[in-house]
Amino acid sequence: MSAQKAPTNEMQRLTFWERIYLPEIARGMGLTFKQMFKPTFTRQYPEERWEPEGSYRGRPVLVMEEDGERCVACGLCSRVCPALAIEVRAGETTKEKERFPELFEINMLRCIYCGFCEEVCPEEAIVMSKDYELVFSSQAEGVFGKDKLLVPVAQLQERLEFLRQYR
Amino acid sequence: MPQIIIDGQYIEAAPGKTIIEAALDNGITIPHFCWHPALTVAGNCRMCLVQVGSHKKDTDGSLMFDPSGAPVVNWIPKMQIACATPVADGMIVDTVSKKTEETQESIMEFLLINHPLDCPICDEAGQCKLQEYAFTHSAGKSRFDEQKNHKDKRVPLGPQVMFDGERCISCSRCIRFADEIAKQPVLTFVRRGDKVTIETFDNTQFDSPYSMNVIDICPVGALTSMDFRFKARVWEMSFTDSICNGCARGCNVKLGVMNNELLRIEPRTNMHVNTYWMCDHGRLAPKVLVENDRISEPMVRRNGVLTGTTWDEALREAATLLQGVKAHDVAILGSAHASNEDNYALAKFATSVLKTPHVDFIKHNDPTFGDTMLKVNDVAANGIGAHSVGIHPASGGATSDQLASKITSGAIKALVVMADDVTTQSTQLAEAAASLSALIVIASNVSATSHMAHVVLPLSSFAESEGTFTNTMHRVQHFEAALVTKENERTMGLKMSRWDKFGAPNDRWTHGSRRNSRSGWRIVQQLANAMGAQWSYANAEAVFADLAGHVALFNGMTYELLDQYQGLVLGKAATPEPVGVIYESHVLKPN
Repeated sequence: MSAQKAPTNEMQRLTFWERIYLPEIARGMGLTFKQMFKPTFTRQYPEERWEPEGSYRGRPVLVMEEDGERCVACGLCSRVCPALAIEVRAGETTKEKERFPELFEINMLRCIYCGFCEEVCPEEAIVMSKDYELVFSSQAEGVFGKDKLLVPVAQLQERLEFLRQYR
Repeated sequence: MPQIIIDGQYIEAAPGKTIIEAALDNGITIPHFCWHPALTVAGNCRMCLVQVGSHKKDTDGSLMFDPSGAPVVNWIPKMQIACATPVADGMIVDTVSKKTEETQESIMEFLLINHPLDCPICDEAGQCKLQEYAFTHSAGKSRFDEQKNHKDKRVPLGPQVMFDGERCISCSRCIRFADEIAKQPVLTFVRRGDKVTIETFDNTQFDSPYSMNVIDICPVGALTSMDFRFKARVWEMSFTDSICNGCARGCNVKLGVMNNELLRIEPRTNMHVNTYWMCDHGRLAPKVLVENDRISEPMVRRNGVLTGTTWDEALREAATLLQGVKAHDVAILGSAHASNEDNYALAKFATSVLKTPHVDFIKHNDPTFGDTMLKVNDVAANGIGAHSVGIHPASGGATSDQLASKITSGAIKALVVMADDVTTQSTQLAEAAASLSALIVIASNVSATSHMAHVVLPLSSFAESEGTFTNTMHRVQHFEAALVTKENERTMGLKMSRWDKFGAPNDRWTHGSRRNSRSGWRIVQQLANAMGAQWSYANAEAVFADLAGHVALFNGMTYELLDQYQGLVLGKAATPEPVGVIYESHVLKPN
């Protein structure tokens, strides 16, 4: 008996049953069939949306109280921001806290969601929200001003409570 | 001279000096709020309390040493304030002992009892003595749970100074400044006790021409500048050493810049010129000139109208106009507002390129401006410098007073004016200038002269260019560029604050305008080269090196030496005066 020739390609390496695929297809179908009765993990986004925990770091927002924003434009978030995403310009008011942000912009194209701004804020005025859906069609749209950043305090309770655990 | 030991360091102090002064002379800073070298000693903040003692002597009179060789000290049982205790021979002072540290912590706790926690709002944050000592000399927590005292906030003490009673720690620096330096004793403590606050006397306001200095010496944010309030945080700005161009005193200043905008001018200590102070005019007026009414681009007159054009085109036009008249028909007006470098280049242009004797500058004297403190009547920064670098008529040349008649008689047909307005000389000159066949204006701000010009070349202001001014005391002082222009864009980068340095062109905060202006010496060089000269100065320093080599009064001066000695006196570069001890009320941390 002459020495068997070593298989040189895939076709030679496979056995006959393997080469006709049929049993393999049946095996694959079996696996699919078995999965149909197991619980599913897939979420039907965007119809079915995911609600993150309070610990989630979504886009940073400014806390808005009844009489306006908490922010006093101290500029610490802007200083600590490693990505230089935040620009703050202060103005003067006659309220008890005499300083307020005349301009507050976060460049969401620069933001890396590190949460340093929230950590450094002495007024608990900037917090990470649960908002993770950011869509814009131009660079200019990616710069969020006060109109987009201010969020009523009622919507941010969960995050504020989460933060207080670590104070 | 009394010999004392501070923290183990043997120090020779002049008799009559206090411990804090002797320590400062030797590089030891004892924490303090109310003490200021230029003001009388108040001794009311108690922050400089230190342990003081004397060397213990044995029964036989010999000095006692412990086994490690250190002197055995007889400590005075109570702490002494370093600002009011004069040095005595053999005195031993400890500024870092456990006891001193505990005392400092107690004083800080006491000062912070009623101090509001509004650092995020306060303009002083970042350069606040109280804030700094809260880090370095404080326990970091308070035992005070009660309600803090509330006092008046936002009280204007004068037209420039805003007072916040809650933040005040009652150091009385401002009161002493008003009494002793500004000589306007209108400030005082009222309601002494825990409700103490500072007020002006009835029907008075603190409107001294030096009032804004109290903002600098206030160790906390109780006194803020109405002009600057909330414009920027100190750490967002870059601070560049410069020289005030408000008058010929040449006060040493720092220019605070953010987003390429000049926001704040504050004094820099120079014991030979302005000591610790500067006038309110110097803080406010140069800023307006730098920011407002600037000439935005090179312009040439086409069909009677000034039209914007390129630098090459405007320079070519200017050269053509100057070549169209005879050398003796051209007059040059240098400027007491421009630097030594710019004037030197212009003087050289007159003598070696144009070969005209008519070179002079307009003197600016305002007899109402000067006073006995810092302000001088010569309201242009560099009159002496302009004259000494060669801006004066050669033999047969017309002086600035004779210009008007020479133009009217037709003896002078073309005029080059740098950084000045001919209307400030005389209305006759302004009228005569309108009839010139060529008027070339190199200026930073729009003026009556620039409106009449045939060619306008935009000049960088003192805040945008590097150079030297020679002040009224003949002291040559170096200033650096603080603002970015299209000319110096590439060299400025690293000097700017973090924001301006790292911002990308598509970041909105980097959109502060970059002016299309150039330094005076460069404009003159380009004009000279357009007329066939071969000048090749690379920077202001090269012009100054040339100037120092050619003008005897400047011999031996370099920018490096000027910086090292905070300026050198004309003709005395070889024998510089020592800088002395520099005390800065606030120390800005590097960005």
